[in-house]
This record gives sequence, C-alpha cells and structure tokens, in this order.
Amino acid sequence: MIVADKKPIEEIIEQVKDKKTVLVLGCNECVTVCEAGGKKEVGILASALRMYFLNQGQEIKIDEVTLERQCDHEYLEEIRDVIDRYDAVVSIACGVGVQFMAEKYHSTPIFPGVNTCFLGVTEERGLWTERCQACGSCILATTGGICPVSRCAKRLLNGPCGGSTGGKCEISKEVDCAWQLIVDRLKALDKMDDFETIAPVKDWSTDRAGGPRKVNREDVQP
Amino acid sequence: MNLKTPSKLEKILAAGHLAVTSECGPPRGSDPEVITRKAEMIKDHVDAINITDNQTSVTRMCSLAACIRLKLMGLEPVLQMVTRDRNRIALQSDILGAAAFDIHNILCLSGDHLSFGDCAQGQNVHDLDSMQLIQTVRHMRDEGKFLGGDDIKRPPQMFVGAAANPFADPFEIRVPRLAKKIAAGVEFVQTQCIYNLDKFEEWMKLARDRGLHEKVYILAGMTPMKNAGMARYMKNRVPGMDVPDELVKRLADTPKEKQADEGIKICIEAIQRLKEIEGVAGFHIMAIEWEQKVPEIVEAAGLYPRPQID
Repeated sequence: MIVADKKPIEEIIEQVKDKKTVLVLGCNECVTVCEAGGKKEVGILASALRMYFLNQGQEIKIDEVTLERQCDHEYLEEIRDVIDRYDAVVSIACGVGVQFMAEKYHSTPIFPGVNTCFLGVTEERGLWTERCQACGSCILATTGGICPVSRCAKRLLNGPCGGSTGGKCEISKEVDCAWQLIVDRLKALDKMDDFETIAPVKDWSTDRAGGPRKVNREDVQP
Repeated sequence: MNLKTPSKLEKILAAGHLAVTSECGPPRGSDPEVITRKAEMIKDHVDAINITDNQTSVTRMCSLAACIRLKLMGLEPVLQMVTRDRNRIALQSDILGAAAFDIHNILCLSGDHLSFGDCAQGQNVHDLDSMQLIQTVRHMRDEGKFLGGDDIKRPPQMFVGAAANPFADPFEIRVPRLAKKIAAGVEFVQTQCIYNLDKFEEWMKLARDRGLHEKVYILAGMTPMKNAGMARYMKNRVPGMDVPDELVKRLADTPKEKQADEGIKICIEAIQRLKEIEGVAGFHIMAIEWEQKVPEIVEAAGLYPRPQID
C-alpha cells in the first residue's frame, strides 16, 4: 500500500486560516489502512481544526467527507455537486489523490493533509516500513525476493557494502541491512550461487529518471 | 611482465614487490598546499597516493583536482571515486578527465552514506554501484567504449582497484564478494583497516582456497591508532570496523603521552606479521591526518627504500 503520515496540524492551519468553508476529504484505501487519511482521521482532523479556530474566535465551517478512493474519476465525481460550497479542500489521501482532485476541480484550492511516504507494509499496528520504490523494472527474482533498491540505503545491486554490521545498516542500528536479508534468504533457498552473479548496470529509465511514467494497456481499454 | 596500463603501481606489483600506498584527504577549502604538503611528507616512502573522494560524505576539494596536484609534483595518484555523488555520465566524464592528466589508477567505491556528512539532506545518486563502476572502467579501458556503446577516442588507461572489507557482515560472503569484484574486473584491492589479524588471516586463507590471491593484488589496509580514545571510537562508532578488546586495552594501559608511540608500534608489528601471509601484495597505510608518521612506519616495517621503477 501507499503509506502516508499525518502532517503537523500547524501546517494545515496555515493553509486554511483565511478560508470560510473547508472540506476535509478522506480516502477509504491505503491511507485508511495506515491510519493517516481514512474516515476516522478525517473526523479527528476536522475536530482539531474546529477547536483551534473556535479558540481563535474564527468562524470557519469545516465539513467531513470520505470517498471510496481519490484516485478514480467515478468516486471524485461524488462531490461535484458540493465542491463549490468550499473555499478549500484538505485532502488527506496520498499525493495521488490530492493531485487528481486538483486536476478535476480546477478552481478549488486543494491542500495536502498528509505526507506521502512510501510503498510499504504494516509490520505491526503503528509501524509501517518500506518495501518498494516502484522502479518500474522488478529485480526481485534475482535477490531472493528482498528488494535492494528500496531497502539498501545505497540501493546497491551488488551488495552488501562494507558498513553492514550485525545484520544492520551503517546508517542506523534500527535499519536492517537489505543484503544481510538477501543473503539469509538465498541461503534458505539454497541459491547462494546466485550471489556471485553480477547484477548488470540497471536501466533506470523506468524509474523516475525517465520522466513521468505511464502504463498504457490497450487490451483493457474500452 | 604483462602490463595492462602505464601505472607505476601495477609495475611494482607485477614485479613482485610488496607495494606501499598511502592516502591524503583533500582539504575543506581550496588551498592546494594542504595536498602538496601532505604529499611531500610521504612521497619518498610510498609508491602511490590515494586521494579520498569526499570521505564520510563531508564536502571537500574534489579528488580529481587533488590528484592533478599530485601529478604536477610528478607523483603517482590513485583517484578514489564514489558512486554516491555521480551518475554514469559524470563518472565516465570524470574518468576521461583524469585520463587527460594521465592518472593511471582508480579506486572504485560506493561511498559512505550521505547521512554521515555535512549534506545529510541531499540526494544520493547510486546510479551504478562499486561493482558496476569497476566494470565500467574496464569496459572503457579494454573495449575503448562508453557504456552507451560509442567509441572513446584515446581511452583511459587505468589500473582498476576497489575496496574490500574482510570484517563487515555477513562474513561468509566477504570472500565471495571479493570473487565477484574480480569477476567484474578489479585488479587490486585495498582492505579496510586491519586490527583483528586473526580474522584477516582467516579471510586470506579462504581467499587463497579459491585462488583469488593470484587473480588480484591484495593490499592490507593499516591505520595507526593515535590513542585509546581513537581505538574506542573506531571500535564502537565506525561501521564495519573490527577492533579487538586487547588492542583497546593495550593502548588504554599505556600512559597517555606514550599512546601515540604505542599505536605506531602496534601498526608496525601488524605489518611485520601480515608481510608473511601468502597473498598479501602490499600495504595501504591510511594515517588519518597523521601523514608525517608514514615514513617512520614504512622504514620500521622494513618496506624502505621503495623500489625504483623507470
């Protein structure tokens, strides 16, 4: 899933403080799972904003809506009839949702209410960690199913570097060394011979280096 | 002697001499004399001098410019190049730039992570890794081609080196990783600072078991300790460093004013022992901001005078 984290409320207040009517817009997908932008968080953020502006003696009307998704036209259309009632929208979907809203509702200011962090997993409640950087050319078949692009701090394709210590990365004892994980996994798979195969220079043009990306599937297009 | 480059370091190693290299860290400023002063201290006692490339991710004068300063002094530089800060265009371009000054040695590295340095908020590049940089230099030299496939007019002639850390984890892949670098085309390696001699000997034995010592020149990395505090710091704070407790204790048990001498003595003893190991082709002495001690170490370790090669 796309993992996001809450923005400091001061940052959001700064964006909406001059508005009269604000819609806090949540998303039922990834950001709900990572507890940053679902219905519950919409309620919490809206309440916090109301309380802040009430204390400031400011009258700002703050409404709450949570859509099924903010990355699909059909769900974003659900608010077409009401969007003109608002001076601004605080979207607490990921950056994708914020942008799709902005594209669709061209004259309404849309502010992000979360920081979009990475593609990751729920390790345990309240702990989400990165697994994928969407490089567009998956190499997991050769690395035992552990991704060095997203999990090695130097994204070494032929690691580990000389800083791997006790299974941890040189940047922090809190971070696993991806290449230790890869080696452990190759051993478990009895594939250690693969370790000595040199990963060639990677084509990063499918990564962000190649510019904005697109998946165009004519076979599924109407 | 089947030489592949005009490198003096390659000649000395190919002739079967124990090579001695050292290194100079460039200044955090533009004063060229910092480099020339350090080089003056060590030039008669080493065969080649590494210039570090923004080591520990702290911004410094660039390695290439400092290498050119050494060339202007008639010395033999080893250009350290990390993949952290340059994409494949910049790497190839800097290699050609170095070749334009007839710099004949390169050390291919990934580099310390950005978070250690003065630009922790910057982007890191890592377009290639050190293994792929080794391949790239060999490709440019031996095929005379860019990565993109076009011909290079006057290809670089560089003796290709890399680092090897026998002490990082997981230990069981440390020799396979050396084998991988050899397969990528590395011709010499300089190791991480060696303090745990037993472990280094074990690593060397495993390397010999695979015949790797005959495929690559292994230069043992030596860094003298200035005092017990430095030993503790290296032990506890530097990733991938293995400093045995006995060594820390030996320095700590030495009166403070004698600790520096003891550190030099430990370094010399280590070189004496490592000289006897089959497959050790030389020494890389990294006397960090202590370059003036290099001549003393080289002489006391019986590595002086240096061989004269045309």
